[in-house]
Amino acid sequence: MSGYLVRRLVESALILLGITFVTFVLLYLLPADPARQIAGRSATAETVASIRDQLGLNDPLLLQYVRYLGNLLQGDMGRSYLQRAEVADLIASRLPASLLLMVSAIVTELILGLTIGVIAALRRNRPADHGLMIFSFVSISAPQFVIGILLLYVFAVQLGWFPIGGYGTFAHLVLPSITLGFLGAGWYSRMMRSSMIDVLGQDFVRTARAKGLSKLRIITRHVMPNAILPIIAMIGIDIGLFMSGIVVVESVFGWPGIGQLAWQAIQRVDIPVIMGVTLVSATAIVLGNLIADLVAPLIDPRIKTK
Amino acid sequence: MSVAEAFRPRQRGRVRAVLLELLRRPRAAFGLAVIALMVVCAVFAPWIMPHDPFAQSFDGLDLMGGPLPPGGAYPLGTDLLGRDLASRLILGTRTSLIIGVVANGTAVILGAGVGIAAGYFGGWTAAILMRFTDLMMAFPALLLAIVLAAIFQPSLMIVALVIAMVNWVQMSRVIYTETRSLAEREFIQVQRAIGSSPLRILGKHILPHLLSSIIVFGTLGISTTVLLEATLSFLGVGVQPPMPSWGNIIFENQTYFSTAPWLVFFPGLLIVLLALAFNLVGDALRDVLDPTLKGRHG
Repeated sequence: MSGYLVRRLVESALILLGITFVTFVLLYLLPADPARQIAGRSATAETVASIRDQLGLNDPLLLQYVRYLGNLLQGDMGRSYLQRAEVADLIASRLPASLLLMVSAIVTELILGLTIGVIAALRRNRPADHGLMIFSFVSISAPQFVIGILLLYVFAVQLGWFPIGGYGTFAHLVLPSITLGFLGAGWYSRMMRSSMIDVLGQDFVRTARAKGLSKLRIITRHVMPNAILPIIAMIGIDIGLFMSGIVVVESVFGWPGIGQLAWQAIQRVDIPVIMGVTLVSATAIVLGNLIADLVAPLIDPRIKTK
Repeated sequence: MSVAEAFRPRQRGRVRAVLLELLRRPRAAFGLAVIALMVVCAVFAPWIMPHDPFAQSFDGLDLMGGPLPPGGAYPLGTDLLGRDLASRLILGTRTSLIIGVVANGTAVILGAGVGIAAGYFGGWTAAILMRFTDLMMAFPALLLAIVLAAIFQPSLMIVALVIAMVNWVQMSRVIYTETRSLAEREFIQVQRAIGSSPLRILGKHILPHLLSSIIVFGTLGISTTVLLEATLSFLGVGVQPPMPSWGNIIFENQTYFSTAPWLVFFPGLLIVLLALAFNLVGDALRDVLDPTLKGRHG
């Protein structure tokens, strides 16, 4: 296990290094000139040139990359070109909102998905099962911006139950969490259904029945705990899906997290901010996968770690 | 004999058998019907569209200059510029399907190519290619697509290629795993031992066995592609107006969604329907072609 842990940690670090390089090269290729963006429309060519020089944009690509990497190791992600602030500070100030949204979305998708999965498995091949599985197919086929806008229209504009957007109270959190968790709910319900059906068919469940235990007790004490195990490990992977999802969900709901920060930065070609958010997202994804890999064998000892 | 058994490489009439089996399943039949309908709309768009999708007319707006609700001369209403929504949606079908086919086709070829090369040759080739796919998997897909779309001025083909760049990884992982286990089987070892060229082994002996996975994940991938195109276009970095795409129709009109909800509702419905159709067909294909293929397709 410890050898496996070390190998996975080294792998993850290398992946992150690769990501910094790829992101750096991609942003170097962006046609927009950051110096001109900062200087503004009326700036003279000399001003633009001196800003380029100050930012070190005239240096060779590799030198710029090494300098960036060196700063990064000291926790310095650079300064935003447009907002007069450190990128690390911008991200740190936005991160709590995104984390809150993600945790809330995980809770939402688990409640929705597991409930649907359990009901569908217990009503296997009956109308309720068919209906719920069609719902789960719809939920994995619906783009988040469509779900978000429709929820806003029905529950905020028409019914007035929730605010139209923004941040602050529990009411603000409800619609964005459902939107972000909707896709995962579809996946979890399908996995929970098949996992439940697997467990229901096993010998120990038959034994429990033969002992005369009540159906409720068998389901809640014997079947569900076993069926949930393989699903828990998936939560780590969800973080990756969320990192794309928050860009859309936060921009639809005006949620002040890093997704919205990234989106604004992309529109204004604020390269250090784009780099920072990409790096933070990628780190979260790598960590999520790492946790998923490490947790899986703990939960289910049949999974071997090579 | 189940259809899974009937579907062996190089058996005659298997396409027909699979198609019949799909039509017997209500969900898959629904999916196929939706896809067929969309293809007809896309191909015959110029003859089906009730109005010119680019024409901005004064009778397409109400007295206050707002869009018209569904009904009358404009069956699904008009957009903010007084253009017929139905016509724009029909032409948008073309955009979605072109992107779906081109982007997903490229992703499938790239993903399967990388997966087969890594799985068959192993060693350094596999190490480099698979570390690269690890890297791609760790990238937040949407951010990567947005940055790529910003580097290249988005035209229809560029958007398709950007989506392909983001979506090929999944396929390559699946195909890599399968190729690797195939390459160790006796009938492939025999081919190697008698000195068949790698190209011959790959083409004649390995590829046919991978076909069902490629078809299943290729079908499911179209759904992912359609959703990504819609999302990019909704964010304004995908297909550019005035060329209609379902995503950019919502992008153009979203500020009006509370007073003109049809401008979001109809394109949204179409996106869900098309993605749903490919998901349903892909899922059924997985059951029909190879019941052992199961897993989470992101």
